[in-house]
Amino acid sequence: MSDAHASHDGGNHGSVKSYVIGLILSLVLTIIPFWMVMSGGFSNMAIVVTISIMAILQVLVQLIMFMHLDFKTEEGWNAGSFIFTALILVILVGGSLWIMQNLHANMMLGG
Amino acid sequence: MTTQTVNQHDAHAHDEHEHHDAGAMKVFGFWVYLMSDLVIFGSLFATYAVLMNGTAGGPSGADIFELPLILVSTFLLLFSSFTYGMAVLAMHADRVAQVKGWLGITFLLGAGFIGLEIYEFHHLIAEGFGPDRSAFLSSFFTLVGTHGLHVTFGLIWMLVMIVQLYTKGLNDKTRPRIMCLSLFWHFLDIVWICVFTFVYLMGVL
Repeated sequence: MSDAHASHDGGNHGSVKSYVIGLILSLVLTIIPFWMVMSGGFSNMAIVVTISIMAILQVLVQLIMFMHLDFKTEEGWNAGSFIFTALILVILVGGSLWIMQNLHANMMLGG
Repeated sequence: MTTQTVNQHDAHAHDEHEHHDAGAMKVFGFWVYLMSDLVIFGSLFATYAVLMNGTAGGPSGADIFELPLILVSTFLLLFSSFTYGMAVLAMHADRVAQVKGWLGITFLLGAGFIGLEIYEFHHLIAEGFGPDRSAFLSSFFTLVGTHGLHVTFGLIWMLVMIVQLYTKGLNDKTRPRIMCLSLFWHFLDIVWICVFTFVYLMGVL
């Protein structure tokens, strides 16, 4: 009974330790991108790739350490709806950019 | 008599369980709302990405973004996400006074974030770089402003929760609300990670 209760209770709530680890990871993943851009000693390509990866990592850190997203809570419905939304976002954002870039290239719009 | 007591106990346990399920269901429902909100932000990001080169002879991101200010904003929001986490831990330990304290600190950090954003927007508009200047600035103000508006509503919600903690304390009604606001607040931090990376940092390159 108490087990069933616990699993209904939004799963794990984390601990001070997990929040501190999440905070430190987030700080590191914030400071490195800002430092790379502000120091100006890197090629644009290297910066774009590195800070994109760091942004994705930091989003994952926050989802897991702060929001406690996992496949156990609510029998995975939280994580499932998130993955579905991520798919929609990829189609929406990726598709829009793809179409608009094609349009731009073919119509010579703007500058 | 004994049977009655047992039955009452059962009924009570059942009742509590229902309350609990209702609370978890509310939090899940709120999660689904957040997912739809994520799609709104996704479309605003796509709009910004399409229009960011349309500066119409006006300034580009590299001309107007002040990274030190954005770094401070980012730290404020990041630390506020952490302090909200502390409020949730205090709530699970049933320490009402601590919950109020952490929510208060989170509110101040969030208010600092909004203060900096208002300063930035005011500064830009005063220089003539308002949302009416170019497609780039329209999409920039829409994306960053929508995030700021969300944070502002989060702050109002936080004040309401602090008041409710004084009047109602921690119960089956207030706990799910604090959990929903927790998701909302961390969610806004996640959106901000994408804003500072893809708008500000890539904007100055």
